[in-house]
Amino acid sequence: MLSPAFLSQLRRLLPPHSVLYEREDLVPFESDGLSAYRNIPDVVALPENEAQVAAILQLCHQNKVAVVARGAGTGLAAGALPIDGAVLLVLSRLNQIKNIDPLARTATVQPGVRNLAISEAAVKHNLYYAPDPSSQIACSIGGNVAENSGGVHCLKYGLTVHNILKLRAWTIDGQLLEIGSDTLDAAGYDLLALLTGSEGMLAVITEVTVKLLPRPQRAQVVLAAFDDVVKAGAAVGNIIAAGVIPAGLEMMDRLAIQAAEAFVHAGYPLDCEALLLCEVDGVNEEVSDDIFTVREVLTASGATEIRTAESEEQRLKFWAGRKAAFPAVGRLAPDYYCMDGTIPRAQLPHVLKRISEMSTEYGLAVANVFHAGDGNLHPLILFDANQPGELHKAEAFGGKILELCVEVGGTITGEHGVGLEKINQMCAQFSTPELVRFHEVKAAFDPDKLLNPGKAVPELHRCAEWGAMHIHGGQLPHPELPRF
Amino acid sequence: MLEPLIERIRAAHASHSPLIIQGGGSKTFYGNPDEGEVLSTRALTGVVDYQPKELVLTARAGTPLAEIEALLAEQNQMLAFEPPHFGGAATLGGCIAAGLSGPRRPYAGAARDFVLGVRIIDGTGQPLRFGGQVIKNVAGYDVSRLMVGALGTLGLLTEASLKVLPKPAAETTLQFELDEASAIEKMNQLAGQSLPLSATSWHAGLLTLRLSGAVSAVHAAQAKLGGETLKDSAAFWQRLRDQSTPFFELRPGASNQSLWRLAVKPTTPPLKLGDAQWIEWGGAVRWLISDLPPAALFAAANSCGGHATLFRGHAPASGVFSPLTPALHALHRNLKQRFDPRGILNRGRLYPDF
Repeated sequence: MLSPAFLSQLRRLLPPHSVLYEREDLVPFESDGLSAYRNIPDVVALPENEAQVAAILQLCHQNKVAVVARGAGTGLAAGALPIDGAVLLVLSRLNQIKNIDPLARTATVQPGVRNLAISEAAVKHNLYYAPDPSSQIACSIGGNVAENSGGVHCLKYGLTVHNILKLRAWTIDGQLLEIGSDTLDAAGYDLLALLTGSEGMLAVITEVTVKLLPRPQRAQVVLAAFDDVVKAGAAVGNIIAAGVIPAGLEMMDRLAIQAAEAFVHAGYPLDCEALLLCEVDGVNEEVSDDIFTVREVLTASGATEIRTAESEEQRLKFWAGRKAAFPAVGRLAPDYYCMDGTIPRAQLPHVLKRISEMSTEYGLAVANVFHAGDGNLHPLILFDANQPGELHKAEAFGGKILELCVEVGGTITGEHGVGLEKINQMCAQFSTPELVRFHEVKAAFDPDKLLNPGKAVPELHRCAEWGAMHIHGGQLPHPELPRF
Repeated sequence: MLEPLIERIRAAHASHSPLIIQGGGSKTFYGNPDEGEVLSTRALTGVVDYQPKELVLTARAGTPLAEIEALLAEQNQMLAFEPPHFGGAATLGGCIAAGLSGPRRPYAGAARDFVLGVRIIDGTGQPLRFGGQVIKNVAGYDVSRLMVGALGTLGLLTEASLKVLPKPAAETTLQFELDEASAIEKMNQLAGQSLPLSATSWHAGLLTLRLSGAVSAVHAAQAKLGGETLKDSAAFWQRLRDQSTPFFELRPGASNQSLWRLAVKPTTPPLKLGDAQWIEWGGAVRWLISDLPPAALFAAANSCGGHATLFRGHAPASGVFSPLTPALHALHRNLKQRFDPRGILNRGRLYPDF
């Protein structure tokens, strides 16, 4: 519990409406996008400017009070889960687009600006911000930096780390760090990369300068059906070997296809084992050439059916099924766990076979949705938490899947982050000396461990059990957001 | 293969003896003077794994870049950041440690953008692995990218995994006579359009643009842009990448002259810092032969949103890189201390005091 003296000091720093401490005001902040983890915060601070952020941090530092930074609260790994005795620092009111420089192709924005709002503001210059996490209508750029968010277009356009230039960030003792620059690199260590994806553990961001890209002249998608997931997996590698880097390359297995089709009627073929969606974008002529190449490769790879979207309406329809895959699968069972491992793509047949065997072993069905281009696998494990023991079984199954991802040379999290959810699984991926070095990196910024303590990197004594994303009854905290 | 290196670093740690990490020695001119015995990575050679369909290559630090690029070329792939070789002996380790990229950088990404994972030996002799061999990976802090450009001060790189990309089917280079201010504006305008631009340069009244992509796309862009087609364009960009054109040579006898790299906001108007300039990276890099005092050039770059590096020439005592703010400098020292507590790895190479 925070002391009354501390709370009154905090209230003196901010206007009355910027400090929340009544239970009914605090409840909406009890979880982020992973609602299985809940904890009502002691106090919520909603600063409206950078000076207030710095003052809050200084006060917390002086009083050795922990700080959990939160943006829009759409994260999927309990990274913004409130901690007892900590201030929940919500940056959503720092929501100004400060500047768009069309000639230099940059936007300077506050952390609470929504991802999609940047592209919307840049569209009049025919520019956009490339990373497009599925929650982009709601998630904010500060959180995107904290999580190094990706999206469907990562393979070609990169993650957040590839698309930002500069940060204004504050250390826990209230010092300003200006990281990166207005040019393409900066003097010294690459702290821009170190802060990106650091899950609020190193500093608090109050301004981000992002790169903007010219909007592609044209985007077109090809849909291909396969009678075998192994053939579909091989087709992905064959497309890349043919020299095409698709803007998006997605794969779904039989259960996911059927669920999606039943839910949104995208017109998917139902008599197949796997479906690929391959989108190419860019200069008009290049798109024509690439579509031709992709269709040839898909045919040679044994696709049973190939369709090219002939209009923007059809393109969106092809995507609608894939983008609705999570909620569609959510209709098949009372609960599901979403995993987020990444594997080298060549391991796909082996990993899918093992998942299928484990599915039989555990007696739980799995639907597989896959960002095939970059190897990011989202197996959705179906279960019913009301059946005794099923939750535990699903957790154990999920743990085995992530273990398998690490075993074949992959990672436990491709894009959702570690947060609190996967903290135990970090022990499988990193050795003790590596975890020690992570703690030392944190100590270089935050020696008192006040920023988001206990998240992202496990204490050494903690390396014990597995965790996973748990959604009850398809109820996400933001049911209106697409999840893919 | 790693054991002798681990032993050597452990011994140096125990005796507080500084080591100078060296691969091919192609970039010994870069950074501040360091002190100590040479620790060579040349025994650490070989491509460990290359999966063209995965777009991932893993190689040991001492592997020559030329060998890696030849292997990639067999599969019609490339290192898209177009790393400089500076004379030919460059190795993968040095390439990543220096973090330098070539002409394609503004359009394809930098060395740091393509690093997926590294293995290092830290300053206590502890082998560590960060990142991995997959394109998407957000587990743990991004220590692999922290190593890029750290000039070996945080650890000896022993292996790196990189994302590679297909070679473009076609490339062509166009030239336009244009004054400096108009060239800077044009570079920026074109970068905001859907065009297959892959390199830009301006020097002595000549704007040079490279287009890369599908044959049809390059032809369409060429028709749109006009200009004169440059023959032997591969050699032009390679000489720029490796700084083997006469512009980059320091004039004998002009002992105060240095080659400076000013990285600035790309739209920065012409710098009034002398005539000997070469512009690259869409306006973001201005190469400059100058005898101005370092402080003046650091200040000039800073006022244009960037930073300056004394690239070749006599290093001043204050160092060849732009000074950091006190808060950032303290953080750098602190990070160095965590990875190399006794300061034995490339001591002074990045900043003279650590």
